[in-house]
Amino acid sequence: MIALSDFLVVSALLFVIGLAGIIINRKNIITLLMSIELILLAVNTNFIAFSRYLDDATGQVFVFFILTVAAAEAAIGLAILLLVFRNRRSIEVEKLDSLQG
Amino acid sequence: MTTVQFIFYACSVMLIGSALTVITAKNSVKAVMFLILSFFFAACIWMILEAEFLAILLVLVYIGAVMVLFLFVVMMLDVDFAELRQGFTRYLPIAVLMSGILLYILFQVFDSALTPEAFPIPEARPADYSSVKELGMLLYTKYFYAFELAALILMVAMISAISLAFRGKREGTKTQSVRKQVQVKKEQRLKIISMPAEGTNKEGEE
Repeated sequence: MIALSDFLVVSALLFVIGLAGIIINRKNIITLLMSIELILLAVNTNFIAFSRYLDDATGQVFVFFILTVAAAEAAIGLAILLLVFRNRRSIEVEKLDSLQG
Repeated sequence: MTTVQFIFYACSVMLIGSALTVITAKNSVKAVMFLILSFFFAACIWMILEAEFLAILLVLVYIGAVMVLFLFVVMMLDVDFAELRQGFTRYLPIAVLMSGILLYILFQVFDSALTPEAFPIPEARPADYSSVKELGMLLYTKYFYAFELAALILMVAMISAISLAFRGKREGTKTQSVRKQVQVKKEQRLKIISMPAEGTNKEGEE
């Protein structure tokens, strides 16, 4: 059968890919949002793997709530993205510097 | 190698491959499509971990709703994606370096703490075991307030998304005004005209 560390290696790779996606895509907000989704997927896989190997369903409840919050985050993020594009005709992250940050 | 192991390794390879395509794809529509594919393979892995309800939830809610929303937004925005790719390789060394460091640390933990002895492989659950039932029992008893808060979060998200994207009333859009509808008088809608009946009219002409 499959050991716990196999699942964790898969989710660690997924997490690292999401992180690298955030670092290399400095211009496209859509790809940033998708990288966040990948990271959340990795975290959820971790939770479910531990829930199975510790035989505790609380981990699955946690995944349930993470999915809820991620759906809300995606909806609001895409609405903000739409507003940014409507006002500036561009979705480049580096052009969003009117706060001088 | 058993069948389950084969499915797990196949799904993992496809998951990592499609996730890599998501962050390197030139076209955003293609990236969303590969994100959907990676969610699907993640659902397969969750199925292997016997979290059936969450796997189905991922496919139905995530692929069915959230990813379609992504696809809508990507297709609605008229963006020049080739322009967005510039500077892609500039940050690649930093990304590789950070990923390498993080992976090294994580693998150290996996090697030392997560040995197969510490976490033995659990026995397969019996055929009449229901993960939906167990999850429901927890959600509606121990985590009931958290469950209601989740509903509240979804409602706040819905209201804020609508109020963010709503452009307000514009000239020329037709909307219903309940006040005017209630205050309407008979004279505004009904017009009585007097005209001779058809039969008598013809006789009069002749």
